[in-house]
Amino acid sequence: MSDTQTLDRAARAMSLVDYRDTASLKQLPTRNGFGEGLLEAARANRNVIGICADLSESTRFEGLKNALPEQYLEIGVAEQMLVAMAGGLAAVGKIPWIASYAMFNPGRSWEQVRTIMALNEANVKIAGAHAGVSVGPDGATHQAIEDIAIMRVIPHMFVVVPCDSVQTKKATLALSQTFGPTYLRFAREKSAIVTSEATPFEIGKAQVFREGSDVAIVACGILVYNALMAADKLSRERGIECRVVNNHTVKPMDEAAILDAAKTCGAVVTVEEHQIHGGMGSRVAEILAAKHPTPIEFIGVDDRFGQSGDPVELIEHYGMGSAAIEAAVLRAHARKRA
Amino acid sequence: MQTLTPQRLRELDLKATDVREGIIRALLAAGSGHSAGSLDMADIFTALYGHVMRHRPEEPNWPQRDRLLLSCGHIAPVRYSAMANFGYFPVDELLTLRKFGTRLQGHPERVSLPSVETTSGPLGEGLAQGVGMAQAAKMDGADFRVYVVTSDAEHQCGLHWEAMMTAAKFKLDNLLCIIDRNFIQIDGSTEEIMPLEPLADKYRAFNWEVFECDGHDIAAFVATVERAQAVKGKPQVIIAKTIPGKGVSYMEGDYTWHGKPPNAEQAKTALAELAATRERILAHV
Repeated sequence: MSDTQTLDRAARAMSLVDYRDTASLKQLPTRNGFGEGLLEAARANRNVIGICADLSESTRFEGLKNALPEQYLEIGVAEQMLVAMAGGLAAVGKIPWIASYAMFNPGRSWEQVRTIMALNEANVKIAGAHAGVSVGPDGATHQAIEDIAIMRVIPHMFVVVPCDSVQTKKATLALSQTFGPTYLRFAREKSAIVTSEATPFEIGKAQVFREGSDVAIVACGILVYNALMAADKLSRERGIECRVVNNHTVKPMDEAAILDAAKTCGAVVTVEEHQIHGGMGSRVAEILAAKHPTPIEFIGVDDRFGQSGDPVELIEHYGMGSAAIEAAVLRAHARKRA
Repeated sequence: MQTLTPQRLRELDLKATDVREGIIRALLAAGSGHSAGSLDMADIFTALYGHVMRHRPEEPNWPQRDRLLLSCGHIAPVRYSAMANFGYFPVDELLTLRKFGTRLQGHPERVSLPSVETTSGPLGEGLAQGVGMAQAAKMDGADFRVYVVTSDAEHQCGLHWEAMMTAAKFKLDNLLCIIDRNFIQIDGSTEEIMPLEPLADKYRAFNWEVFECDGHDIAAFVATVERAQAVKGKPQVIIAKTIPGKGVSYMEGDYTWHGKPPNAEQAKTALAELAATRERILAHV
């Protein structure tokens, strides 16, 4: 099973690694990709700077801090200040990346984000770290699962949720070169790296990671891996072929890719580590309800808060593991026939 | 900054009266808006646009311009009127205040009107953005200055104090905060709602250089700005004592004029008073 030649045609076209080979699969936190991408972007453009709110290690600001201290500012535990000061810096031509835990930025700073970043059309980039219940032991106070919802409703905002560390680096570089207020979301724990250096990345362009015409699984973030695992198992055991879409840009969402997936498959399952209400899947539903009504099942946290625990245990408990995705695919598949 | 001659001072006093007139006309046309604070900052905005700041009305986004941020966005009429009276746009445009399609939004917007610098209205956010601009100037070796006008009641917002700490940390001596100390807010007296005193000591404790002056004495304000700008290594604040509604007798000192406009009759009285003020300045040689 470790031969990439046996991978699905779409996966080969996307230059994915053989994610089925759990023994050789590399695992790194998505935030690592942010740290690497930021340093590279800052080296390429001295106007790219980082502003930190006392979380340089966990947000992976350390690379920039050590290598280019003149492009790094530390302001302490002050997330509203983080956004407002970045707005001022951006107004004079800087490209500030501001990072904290997603719960505090944009969680605590939402009105500043709306007024100073979005209404002002400021070129400020938020890196939201430690999103999702997979934050683990810190518990509900630190597990942002509402952040996609509060960001995607703001006009002008880019909202990007990359699927692994390699893609997070590419997203950081791409967003550094794209003018506009931005929210990049990533997670705390190590997660499977399914893409490779050769995998393309373009903001606003969803990616088909696996071909299939029975049910479309539209996923974002680290759960894309679970979606791929579920799809493979359904293929092996039930002969159900799922198209898996890595829907990394929540806003502006790739409507054509969503519509194509819905039209081809006739049933959709959305997968995100976020509240079901208001998240990526809700946007998919808005698009489909308006343009191509299709049965949809939603994988995500169902109107609850997280809690302390082991990340994998929490993903399972809140119904976002690959078994839960398989079950949702079967439900969607059944609704399609009905 | 050039020397402020008696002749120039007289011109500025007249200009401040024009600015107040523009405020009254704009508020009357809008039918809503904030009178007291707009009127009480007319002298300072006149001093800033007419003497203190480096700017080009014909080139509002000139990169070397000094940055003026109005943190308390609700007193936008004073900024709009000062801009109009110093050549940014025709004075008649003031009559579009708060109307559909206007550049003069109820609270100022950066993308709507060039050189407004930032969108404001949600309180307590101006100084924080000014800190960012001043820091960007330091990083780039640019010599423009950053002026932030805040209200006193805005000091009830936590973000303002985050900005005070940050400005001191980064030794932003290119940053001057000007407080409209008029002691009123929507619900009444600032000292009853949430006491701010000793305000000067609070700034000193945050490692700022503190100055106080009469916010209606243009010569005194300009002299204070000059002293403030001589300070090295620290941000500066001027606590400008003002009388809410200044220039219109029935509004002066009355907090109920914080958030309402004059009606036609009241505006007529106000404009007559301002005309009399202009006559007095002209008669005083």
